[in-house]
Amino acid sequence: MQLKKSKTQPINIQAALALATCSLLGTATASEAENEWQFDTAVLVYSEVDRVSAVEVIVNGNKEYDDQHFLNLRFTIDSLTGASANGAVAQPNAQTFTRPSGNGQYTIEADETPLDDTFKDTRVQLNAQWTQPLSPNITLSSGAHLSKEFDYLSLGVNSNIAVDFNRRNSTFSVGFSYFNDTLSPEGDIPVAFSSMLIGDSNSVTWDEEFALTRAKGSDGKTTTDILLGFTQVISRRMITQFNYSYSMIDGYLTDPFKVLSVVNQHGITQDLIYENRPGKRTKQSVYAQTKYHFDTGVLDLSYRYLWDNWQITSHTIDSKFRIDLGKGRFIEPHFRYYQQQAAEFYRPFLTENDPVPAFASSDYRIGEMTAITLGAKYAVPINNGNELGFRLEYYHQQPTNSGFDALGVLADLELYQSVKAIFFQVSYSFQ
Amino acid sequence: MTRNKYLGLVLLATTMLGGCANLGVEPWQRDLLAKESMALTNGIDGSLDDHIYFSKEASSGGKSFGGGGCGCN
Repeated sequence: MQLKKSKTQPINIQAALALATCSLLGTATASEAENEWQFDTAVLVYSEVDRVSAVEVIVNGNKEYDDQHFLNLRFTIDSLTGASANGAVAQPNAQTFTRPSGNGQYTIEADETPLDDTFKDTRVQLNAQWTQPLSPNITLSSGAHLSKEFDYLSLGVNSNIAVDFNRRNSTFSVGFSYFNDTLSPEGDIPVAFSSMLIGDSNSVTWDEEFALTRAKGSDGKTTTDILLGFTQVISRRMITQFNYSYSMIDGYLTDPFKVLSVVNQHGITQDLIYENRPGKRTKQSVYAQTKYHFDTGVLDLSYRYLWDNWQITSHTIDSKFRIDLGKGRFIEPHFRYYQQQAAEFYRPFLTENDPVPAFASSDYRIGEMTAITLGAKYAVPINNGNELGFRLEYYHQQPTNSGFDALGVLADLELYQSVKAIFFQVSYSFQ
Repeated sequence: MTRNKYLGLVLLATTMLGGCANLGVEPWQRDLLAKESMALTNGIDGSLDDHIYFSKEASSGGKSFGGGGCGCN
């Protein structure tokens, strides 16, 4: 008995040491997967009722080159088609609009929210991120970003430094990112508050008249973000994170495809003018997240409060509860609540007798709204730790009136139409 | 944001730091925290969601950089 015991003991100690080392480093999976690419892939189909449809594909590769030196590469491609609200109000009669390119027109039936159905774009995005320790308690991560659409180019860099202390139970991080975006829409950028030209687009004077409503071929904006983070392990089962972010956006922040209806005292449209937003936006937010590991699953709760100099404020509550079903399978119900206040220059329409304000936009996305998302994810392991997942979400966005009186006929028309969308995702992770 | 709010944030951060020295676990108690399901990083699902909400709402970022990135907004 004695001899037998002493034979097996060294093996047990070795296994125990290996387990302890992995626990200490907290990188059991990474150590085992040394020098191998770990891929996460996903296909997402997004579809709004009567509006935009999109398909997005992501391939994300992660590789450890040296101890804790990681390279992350991500390729994203998405394609959008469908109709998007052009900003004008519904009318009791049919309305005609000129397409943003100036080539042709489209008509919206009476009582319908005007949607421009020529929304179409394909986008390719590349991201690269390198992460490495600078010392046992300091980690540096830096990356680059490129996104290209037919009429849009976005280039960005970012860097983040994280310092661990208190036996690696607390982490402070400081991050910085800078984006430079260039927009070159087909049909050029409209002159702010100029009237949409409507008429015979085949006439000989059309191009000349349309050009008078155009300011320039392209414009851009820069976005500088600073992110301060603090992560704290509370217990063996609980971890929390607190972030503060400050974002400065400068440049062309107007949507060149959006117009505002100018109505008379009876609510009848007299003119359609291109919107105009301020050239500077400063956003700030505080974010808190906590994860708690129950015996049967993981609760993930987060809250964000955001405010900016456009007087937009928003509350976002996000919750997920991952329920382990055994053998690596899990189901994760998801609920998200979002509520935002309108920008100070948001106007659902303008009235002809009032002076045109310095800035105005009827884009419902900067108006008052509430949105909820309900969904669930189901994932199952297959073949040596690879994972296949399915996710289905329902998104309901309800714009609301932030205190504007509907004039005349507008009182009987739907000015704050809801947006409903379904998105379905299939993801597959493998080595 | 008012000065009082900034002061409140600083006080909150200081209190948190003071209290955090006593929080946490020993290295051998990280079995659950080391699981992928306990990671705070934004995975692929998070990136896809961020892109959707960035396109449909006036808020972005908070958890990570809100940045520019596409013409979808």
